[in-house]
Amino acid sequence: MRRTNGSRARGLTAVVLILAVGLTVGLASGCRKSVGPQDGLTGSLVIRGSDTLVNLSAAWAEAFMIAHPGVQVSVSGGGSSTGFAALIDGSVDLANASRPIKSSERDSLQGKGKPAVEHVVALDAVTMIINPANGVASLTMAQLADILTGKITNWNALGGASQAITIYSRETSSGTYAFVQEHVLKGADFVASARLMPSTESILQAVAQDRGGIGYIGLGYLTDAVKPLSVASEAGSDPVVPSDEAAASGAYPLARPLFVYSAGEPGELARAFLDFCVSTSGREITTEMGFVAPPEGN
Amino acid sequence: MRRISIRHLGRVPKRRENRRAELALAALASLSLVILGLIFVFLIKESLPLFKSYPIGTFLTGLEWQPTSANVRFGLVPLLTGSLVVTAGAALLAVPLSLGLALFVSEVAPPRVREFLKPCMELLAAIPSVVWGFIGLVVISGWIKDAFSLNSGLCALNGSILLAIMALPTIVTLSEDALRAVPAAYRNASLAVGASRWETMIHVTFRAARPGLVAAVMLGLGRVVGETMTVLMVTGNASHISFSLLDSVRTMTATIAAEMAECPWGTPHYHALFSVGATLFVITFIINGIADLLLRKEVR
Repeated sequence: MRRTNGSRARGLTAVVLILAVGLTVGLASGCRKSVGPQDGLTGSLVIRGSDTLVNLSAAWAEAFMIAHPGVQVSVSGGGSSTGFAALIDGSVDLANASRPIKSSERDSLQGKGKPAVEHVVALDAVTMIINPANGVASLTMAQLADILTGKITNWNALGGASQAITIYSRETSSGTYAFVQEHVLKGADFVASARLMPSTESILQAVAQDRGGIGYIGLGYLTDAVKPLSVASEAGSDPVVPSDEAAASGAYPLARPLFVYSAGEPGELARAFLDFCVSTSGREITTEMGFVAPPEGN
Repeated sequence: MRRISIRHLGRVPKRRENRRAELALAALASLSLVILGLIFVFLIKESLPLFKSYPIGTFLTGLEWQPTSANVRFGLVPLLTGSLVVTAGAALLAVPLSLGLALFVSEVAPPRVREFLKPCMELLAAIPSVVWGFIGLVVISGWIKDAFSLNSGLCALNGSILLAIMALPTIVTLSEDALRAVPAAYRNASLAVGASRWETMIHVTFRAARPGLVAAVMLGLGRVVGETMTVLMVTGNASHISFSLLDSVRTMTATIAAEMAECPWGTPHYHALFSVGATLFVITFIINGIADLLLRKEVR
């Protein structure tokens, strides 16, 4: 029918025009307008890895991109092991890690001709959290180990109310998991009934709702919905409250350095970014996000 | 023009365009078969290297899944029971609900209600699994926790509820087809001898459609046994062996999703995850295969 064909053609033209305009606008918006001082730094950085570091890394990335408008930095999480796997694959420039590189990962990078280079960018205090209704205030490292390996299953063995202990852990790909396994459990396994939660936020939510729950998070994620435990390194010593100062001074037993690894020496852009992370503005961001700035001269 | 002799009678010579079109369509159809075969080969190929260093018997019967410990153990049993418990729970919830719904939609509901219900149900199928996971995490875990006075609502039951809802559209659609396929003669004969509509529905239509209904349920459950994101978010992922619906479980799918990103290529852990994937593939294949056989039996 002539009339139908005509109106169909018009409809089709309209759709094509809208698509064309839409695509053009969409693609054009991706182009950066240059504002501010141009210091010649351009390019893109891809960073992946530790979920503990992801928020801090993203905050650094944002500030860095504002300071250098020609640069694109993208940050994603997935766990420290994921970051190392990506660094070995060559799909990222830098890998965030909340644990040191394993010897197998180091060997893989060496085998590719790009030996791993470690940079300490911040310090973190791994905080053991419990439900606010739980009366227990502090534990020793040995007691923590007994809880996490399943030797102690009720809070009444630790001076609390009679309540079964539920453990909320990170998945095995997490650097925080690896840190706790190494420093608290001394290499032993978590009890099989430990819940493996996909993220720090899910641990926070679970512990906030479970009276008998215990979990672990980075200090920067602590909220009022949960209660942090003070940790004593031995039965006789004073329990230390997790805090920036305690982590920096070494008093808190569960303090750890947070790393960024590069495959080989970092390129110009990566070097500039890493320098930014430990610069004055970078350190301000670190403290704001609840982490501890690394000692000077790193 | 070809000469047509007595021998050609009864056989129409095919024209070339018909032949080409048939070949093209046959090629497309066989593509799905080829892809299926290739996936299976790929899974097996990536699974086998594990068994050079780890006995297959220990993998299949091992009671512990500890892939990153100093003493590495790849035991399938906790993961298998996890998937089993969640799927069985889903079956318990989904079967009465979906068969009842199918009966209602095909036998009882007036046409207007039917036309409204069907799109609503299709909409259920359109909701992404991560949204279901979120609902389970935030809403359903609270209900379960209060209803059963548990410490935490992240358990197999949570996953079963969500999986039952996700299986619903599939099972209802296929059940409805099975019920409609029952010849009207059966229904009419039953009513003619004086049975009530309810008696007819249950004792005649339902029973006649039984192979199709069983197939519908199996296909729906076969779909949810492979559900990943939802169970990852709501079941707690504890790698112990537990047959209680109120306890945390770790399914095969959640294990693959959570651990695959971390493994460097080529490690035993990597191959173990592929072995778990191959097991999942075989299970789904068997379920769907049986369902298919049942469906064929029904089309008599």
